[in-house]
Amino acid sequence: MNNDGVLLQAARLIAEWDPALFEIVLLSLQVTMSAVVISCLLGLPLGAAVGAFRFHGRGAVILILNVLMGLPPVVVGLLVYLVLSASGPLGVLELLYTPTAMIIAQIVLVTPIIAALSRQVIEDLYLEYAEQFASFGVSRYTRVRALLWDARYTLPTVVLAGVGRAVAEVGAVMIVGGNINHVTRVMTTAIALETSRGDLELALALGIILLALALVVNVFVMALRGTRVRGAYA
Amino acid sequence: MPKCDAKRQSSLGEVIDSKIELPLISARDIGFSLNGQWFLKDVSITVRARKRTVLIGPNGAGKSLLLRLFHGLIPASTGEILWKGQKLSSNSQECQAMVFQRPVMLRRSVMANMRFVLGVRGFAGREQTRRAKDALEMAGLTSLASRPARVLSGGEQQCLAVARALACGPELLLLDEPTASLDPAATSRVEELITAAHERGIAVVMVTHDQGQARRMADQLVFLQSGRVAEAGDAAAMFATPKSPALRAWLDGRLFVETEAN
Amino acid sequence: MDDFLLKPKRISGLPEMARRLLAVISLCLSILTPLNAAENYIVMQSTTSAKNSGLFDHILPIFKAETGIEVRVVAVGTGQAIRNAANGDGDVLLVHSREAEEQFIADGFGVKRYDVMYNDFVIVGPPDDPAKIAGSDDALWALRQIALGEHDFMSRGDDSGTHRAERRLWESLGISPSARHQRWYKETGSGMGSTLNIAVGIAAYTLTDRGTWLAFKNKQDHLIFVQGDPLLFNQYGIIAVNPERHPHVNSESAQRFIEWIRSDVGQRAIADHQIEGQSLFSPNAVAAHVQN
Repeated sequence: MNNDGVLLQAARLIAEWDPALFEIVLLSLQVTMSAVVISCLLGLPLGAAVGAFRFHGRGAVILILNVLMGLPPVVVGLLVYLVLSASGPLGVLELLYTPTAMIIAQIVLVTPIIAALSRQVIEDLYLEYAEQFASFGVSRYTRVRALLWDARYTLPTVVLAGVGRAVAEVGAVMIVGGNINHVTRVMTTAIALETSRGDLELALALGIILLALALVVNVFVMALRGTRVRGAYA
Repeated sequence: MPKCDAKRQSSLGEVIDSKIELPLISARDIGFSLNGQWFLKDVSITVRARKRTVLIGPNGAGKSLLLRLFHGLIPASTGEILWKGQKLSSNSQECQAMVFQRPVMLRRSVMANMRFVLGVRGFAGREQTRRAKDALEMAGLTSLASRPARVLSGGEQQCLAVARALACGPELLLLDEPTASLDPAATSRVEELITAAHERGIAVVMVTHDQGQARRMADQLVFLQSGRVAEAGDAAAMFATPKSPALRAWLDGRLFVETEAN
Repeated sequence: MDDFLLKPKRISGLPEMARRLLAVISLCLSILTPLNAAENYIVMQSTTSAKNSGLFDHILPIFKAETGIEVRVVAVGTGQAIRNAANGDGDVLLVHSREAEEQFIADGFGVKRYDVMYNDFVIVGPPDDPAKIAGSDDALWALRQIALGEHDFMSRGDDSGTHRAERRLWESLGISPSARHQRWYKETGSGMGSTLNIAVGIAAYTLTDRGTWLAFKNKQDHLIFVQGDPLLFNQYGIIAVNPERHPHVNSESAQRFIEWIRSDVGQRAIADHQIEGQSLFSPNAVAAHVQN
């Protein structure tokens, strides 16, 4: 196989802007970003709460979060399939083989990552603030909110870790999405499909586009962070 | 809503009209132990309104710990601490303000740091703005209001910490070695802020290792040694005629070795 | 230090936070609903071999243009396709393992089985053909040569229709190659395309359906060596999932699709799907119908 050919094909795919490719890229972004946004809404407060409060069983919660970070996507896909299957407990919602099912699976994958990593960030920050906050008489709610806000230059890295996991994952979305053309086909499942068709060059070209997407997301986040004088606050 | 009497004092500029030298904190026979080790034992101290009480003593004597017990950050193991005759509570905590050795600045602007604590204490809108501006003005930090607090110099940060503590209108200011890591110029600016607060009627309890500072700032002196009060009383008298060998040694800058243990 | 802190005073904040969170999440999900928006569609559980051949990309747009019904294909191994359909996660089942299909009907999960089309299996291998089976039309003899010479052979190993067909061939030879000591026989546990990639990669023989092979683009120098044996016949059947068992299925559209694919138009669409002038599947619905 010729590597120049692959790069050329990737460039041609982008240049021609094939509507089918556009559709797949768009769905990838929609699914991943929705999953990451919802995972942040769940994972950041959870991580902040575990980082900022002391309670019975806290060690166990941290352990569970850290273990869940390593959940195999296929296992998550299988679990979500069993739950969303017509014979499963949530079958009546008829979500299987829809983008929503893929988002749910990725939320299950990404939330522990966001929660576990933000827990560490928030805990470090809270160790610094704890006495001063106690002296001010800061309420629990304000404590979590203030810590999340003051960690705003560190947390994007946490979120990026979540994005990376979601955008690169294929096992879970394949099972619950079904890789249905025009409905649930995303970048990673398309790559898997082209690989199984033996069209390795197209698969690799799609991989390069996926990589480029990840690059764009990362640059965007870095630029967002760079607009403020980061060193000044850190 | 206002839990602290002083909150009715709307302005930093007004003098607190509390009854002269009323006991604010009465600590009786307090002790603190952790894992079987006693860090404070049989400590009895009275902190009076409008007075400046300075805690001195060697490292590990329990000075900073005592400050935290007064502020209610840590509960005492034995004995009783009363705030104006009442048990310590969130109410007493709000009537006090504490400044730590290393200023803890939120990762926000100077102004946002002021607003944060005022917001926590329930001040809103114009009152919040007014108090924040007054406090910054008093500390000479007005021109830095929009700067990130953590790029300020150590001296500016500690001034901000004192201003932030005063903004809520406390009756008692607790200071844990506030100038320990500052140069002489910054030290004198922080001392000026503390003195100005005292002149407005705010009581002060300060921990220091700086003998000169103790002489400048103290009305009352408490000398702690190994978790016990070795000597306490009027500052001028104690400096003039120290009774305990430990205090004499400290004033001479000598290392005091406890030969006859108690 | 923190453990000593006085008990917090205000706890009213937390439920409020939870409430806000829920509000934002439900907002997010409501934005997402257009993603799932769909008119009339059915889900078809089918096999990777049929999907990889590109057949569906060819015939389904024709069906949709005619009826407005969208067919969403989930391609997995025959075994998994049947299990998914039994769970009710599909309206139609299109697979190629007759025994299993009839069991599916017998268990009450399907309405009725119809023949749709067939293709055949072929044995492909590396160009130097170490087992010397080229040109044979005797699948059993060829497989025995491979086993006797212990030449590398890749098996799907995934309980798919192709895997079942392959196992039947070994059984009639009285060979159980998946036993531990048979190092020349390797189970990939993955789809037809992945198995072909591996076979090509390590110069091994494998059994594949002709459709996948023709559409496969990573053949490199691998060639078809054995074909034409009646034992290699590969019949596809279609079954509507039983609405009495799973009332939520779109049974009307499913029936419509089955009627269409068995009709002249559907059958011609299947025959029209060609690669390099060769049909990948031969429609035989009508013939089968007559037989029944």
